[in-house]
Amino acid sequence: MNLTLKIWRQKNASDKGKMVDYKVTDISEHMSFLEMMDVLNEQLINKGEEPVAFDHDCREGICGMCSMYINGEAHGPDRGVTTCQLHMRMFNDRDTIYIEPFRAAAFPVIKDLVVDRSSFERIQQAGGFISVNTSGNTQDANSIPIAKDAADEAMDAATCIGCGACVATCKNSSAMLFVGAKVSQYALLPQGQVEAADRVLNMVKQMDEEGFGNCTNTGACEIECPKGISLENIARMNREYMKASMKG
Amino acid sequence: MSGLLKSSIGRKYAMALSAFFLMFFLLQHFVINVTSIFPDNGEVFNQLSYFMGTNPLVQYVLQPVLLFGVIFHFVMGFILELKNKKARKVTYAKNNGGANSTWMSRNMIYSGIAILAFMVFHFNDFWVPEIVDKFIEGNSQEGKDYLHHVQEMFQNPIRVAVYVIAFVFLALHLLHGFNSAFQSVGANNKYTKGLKLFSQIYAIGVPVGFIIIALVHFFNH
Repeated sequence: MNLTLKIWRQKNASDKGKMVDYKVTDISEHMSFLEMMDVLNEQLINKGEEPVAFDHDCREGICGMCSMYINGEAHGPDRGVTTCQLHMRMFNDRDTIYIEPFRAAAFPVIKDLVVDRSSFERIQQAGGFISVNTSGNTQDANSIPIAKDAADEAMDAATCIGCGACVATCKNSSAMLFVGAKVSQYALLPQGQVEAADRVLNMVKQMDEEGFGNCTNTGACEIECPKGISLENIARMNREYMKASMKG
Repeated sequence: MSGLLKSSIGRKYAMALSAFFLMFFLLQHFVINVTSIFPDNGEVFNQLSYFMGTNPLVQYVLQPVLLFGVIFHFVMGFILELKNKKARKVTYAKNNGGANSTWMSRNMIYSGIAILAFMVFHFNDFWVPEIVDKFIEGNSQEGKDYLHHVQEMFQNPIRVAVYVIAFVFLALHLLHGFNSAFQSVGANNKYTKGLKLFSQIYAIGVPVGFIIIALVHFFNH
């Protein structure tokens, strides 16, 4: 496959940045998208040019690091995959592919395609945890009865890898699918009940302070989420938030 | 409860609740308008219009609440749009929104602006003359022929065309908005499919009904 790539290049956080055209040749359809990027970078290094900076780590769809906006979609045109799981067979010979960083005021670009997603970490720190006494008398989690449905739903919510595709794809740059998943995974379990009200209030407050937009229920986040996190989690967060606000 | 409207979720609830209220009003407006095409020379329509135009509860309690609801929904909609624009300062060179969301859901602000423009037009047609007649000129409303005014207004083909286009925008707005309001108040459960069907029937049925009423008046006279 021979491809034309239009890639966002930005030297650093303060650089204005621009789209730059590149050509890559002899790309195998069996390659992952990141392997294709590796080929491009090897070409650039051999020519003495600066390689394209992009985030990656596990390359097996679980770490949530890869973060490209490919041809107008987060993680590209395939469904239920991260960019590292996206194969070049999804594209055709002589295609032009747009590759941009995840765009949101709360995800500032650090360099090229690398964005700072530490706003997600600060939201987690605001309440995405349970307090457990680790003095040595910790109760075995398996001794607490949990309904199968609740356990399954909590597990589904917990599969969120925090990649930020929901924010990148949302026309409002809203982080509600991410926060909804993180609130839900505890709200559904007995261990999460004690801090439930503070958790949702603090996480939503932090989300708003980070500058994410407001959810308008377009549902784009659910479609583009590589882990299939459902909009039900946003509805649950809304209920939890209202319940907690009424209490407070 | 303090600061609820300052939070993104609080504003989401507020938008949804004001939308539910406006949709309830729209339904009662529609039901009354249907009576204007009854073959009874406007007897029922005039009686209902007289009641709505003179009942103190409707005039001095429900009408101001309605006006507040309308203004609130529009103002909050604009505030949210501005905040959302601020949340992405640099836009994508290529964005394939159609791959994951409906046109209606992505363009609520534009369908909303079209509805707002129509409402100015509509208020000028019906509400302002009613208020002038009642409160400024102080005319008696007893035996008033409300239907005659409606028929007169819908003789103008340009006005009818504006109404038809406006109701198409209303249908587009409601096709996303109604169902979205359920999600906003946290109602995503086993009834979601049924609620979606109900909201779609409403979103298409009510605007189409309004269009039919306008066309009936236009072609009958």
